[in-house]
Amino acid sequence: MIHTPRPGAGTASALDTDAIRKDFPILQRVLHDGKPLVYLDSAATSQKPRQVLDAMNAYYEQHNANVHRGVHTLAEEATALYEGARDKVASFINAPSRDEVIFTKNASESLNLVANMLGWADEPYRVDADAEIVITEMEHHSNIVPWQLLSQRTGAKLKWFGLTDDGRLDLSNIDEIITEKTKVVSFVLVSNILGTVNPAEAIVRRAQDVGALVVVDASQAAPHMPLDVQALEADFVAFTGHKMLAPTGIGVLWGRQELLEDLPPFLGGGEMIETVSMSSSTYAPAPHKFEAGTPPISQAIGLGAAIDYLTAIGMENIAAHEKEIVEYAVRRLQEVPDLKIIGPVTAEDRGAAISFTLGDIHPHDVGQVLDEQGIAVRVGHHCARPVCLRYGIPATTRASFYLYSTEAEVDALIEGLHTVRAFFG
Amino acid sequence: MKMDSMYQEIILDHYKHPHGKGLRDGDAEVHHVNPTCGDEITLRVRLDGSTVADISYDSQGCSISQASASVLNDLLVGKQVGEAQQVQEAFLELMQSKGQSEGDEELLEDAIAFAGVSKYPARVKCALLSWMAWKDATAQALAEAPVKESA
Ligand SMILES: Cc1ncc(COP(=O)(O)O)c(C=O)c1O
Repeated sequence: MIHTPRPGAGTASALDTDAIRKDFPILQRVLHDGKPLVYLDSAATSQKPRQVLDAMNAYYEQHNANVHRGVHTLAEEATALYEGARDKVASFINAPSRDEVIFTKNASESLNLVANMLGWADEPYRVDADAEIVITEMEHHSNIVPWQLLSQRTGAKLKWFGLTDDGRLDLSNIDEIITEKTKVVSFVLVSNILGTVNPAEAIVRRAQDVGALVVVDASQAAPHMPLDVQALEADFVAFTGHKMLAPTGIGVLWGRQELLEDLPPFLGGGEMIETVSMSSSTYAPAPHKFEAGTPPISQAIGLGAAIDYLTAIGMENIAAHEKEIVEYAVRRLQEVPDLKIIGPVTAEDRGAAISFTLGDIHPHDVGQVLDEQGIAVRVGHHCARPVCLRYGIPATTRASFYLYSTEAEVDALIEGLHTVRAFFG
Repeated sequence: MKMDSMYQEIILDHYKHPHGKGLRDGDAEVHHVNPTCGDEITLRVRLDGSTVADISYDSQGCSISQASASVLNDLLVGKQVGEAQQVQEAFLELMQSKGQSEGDEELLEDAIAFAGVSKYPARVKCALLSWMAWKDATAQALAEAPVKESA
């Protein structure tokens, strides 16, 4: 499988999508009397290539065993595959050490894990009643609720950055939001509802100035663009496998080594200990300290295979392809009467998810009529209800793209939207 | 297209020209939301003895939830509370039928147009939103009724 750049003026050219699509069995599906599936919901979850499915099958058919605890051949093979996946993740995000990569079940668990580490930590990390926690108004509920819980349990004050009318973070008052009292700043790198790519550097700089820890929710970034945790200069980075070609049930929390050494474990159990007596235990070093119990083995192996697949194509190429698709989609969507994009209306600093409203037609109705034409979009508040409240809308329709998306699919969406308008007009 | 079995002409009509919309006086008021999609309704019931004198509402949401509130108003206003409750139960049963029931036209009148919606699990809640709000508001109005009579 060779994915060479395809030349062509005005058409998406960074990737050979024809070749890529052949790797995804589900994209051949035909729905409702002959309508080919147009899958525009990758921001909710991506489809999986055969290579990932094969890797997971091969594990179950040839190597299945529990990890880290057997001397037999299968146990050693399973452990090598599982730990091999950790190596792949570490190099994918340019982590200084593989021991900084913690496997979780998804981004939500990763973010909850950080919040709990900080809630139970000793000084200087401890979040207590004198502390402030900073998030933004465009977070996914997974990066809001864990901090609300932490704030309720410790008395720490929760603050957040608001949004501008064009769907960007309002950083104009950054010095008032992030202060000497701030212990932790957690923000989304790419918004799942607005598509906005946030200016990490400005936020990280200010957080470092006041000595606050920085947590980055990279759930919508890791699948779509090169991610370098060292360049980002964050302290923790969370993301989720199922949005990047891997199965559900596997997520990642990357954390800086010194922090992982100092911070307390959250879940206790097998795998995470060094010695256990009836009165107390000592813990294994990170990452195992944070991985209690039998981990999601086949899922981690699937994530490793997904990373191999993404790396072979090249994250730069994927980002370039998506930029072309997004530019095209933003332009075509604005041709549809009464359509209003919620979020940045250019492809600048913009990810591959585009939310919009269509006159007074409720997103449920938009999604239903599109589905009838084989087009899968997501409708609702996209687990980011504060964004809908901010813009005074009950919900949006969201189309999202990935490496296998084509301009022809954007055309199908536009045609579908015209049908929706005719239907309810 | 198959869509038509969900978006019946009657439903689209009620959606575009809702009956009885707007808030008027009532004996009880409830606010119900459908958290998965953000559909919302504020609904008031006014009883006159045992007659449903008025059902007024303010709502936002999809065509199915809007049309269903309009049909609710059409069907239940003027009925005896007992009769209205029977209609409500029949509608609930129809919506839970997963496309297996056509509905009792004599009882449900225009509301049988929603039979097709029952095939779409994600949309059943939209259709039921106003009907559940009505049930709730009516129970509250009835609970308060004796107090009012003696007052
Ligand atoms: C930005 C963002 N953060 C967090 C999540 C949560 O991911 P998961 O549900 O896999 O934990 C999502 C996905 O829905 C997301 O888009």
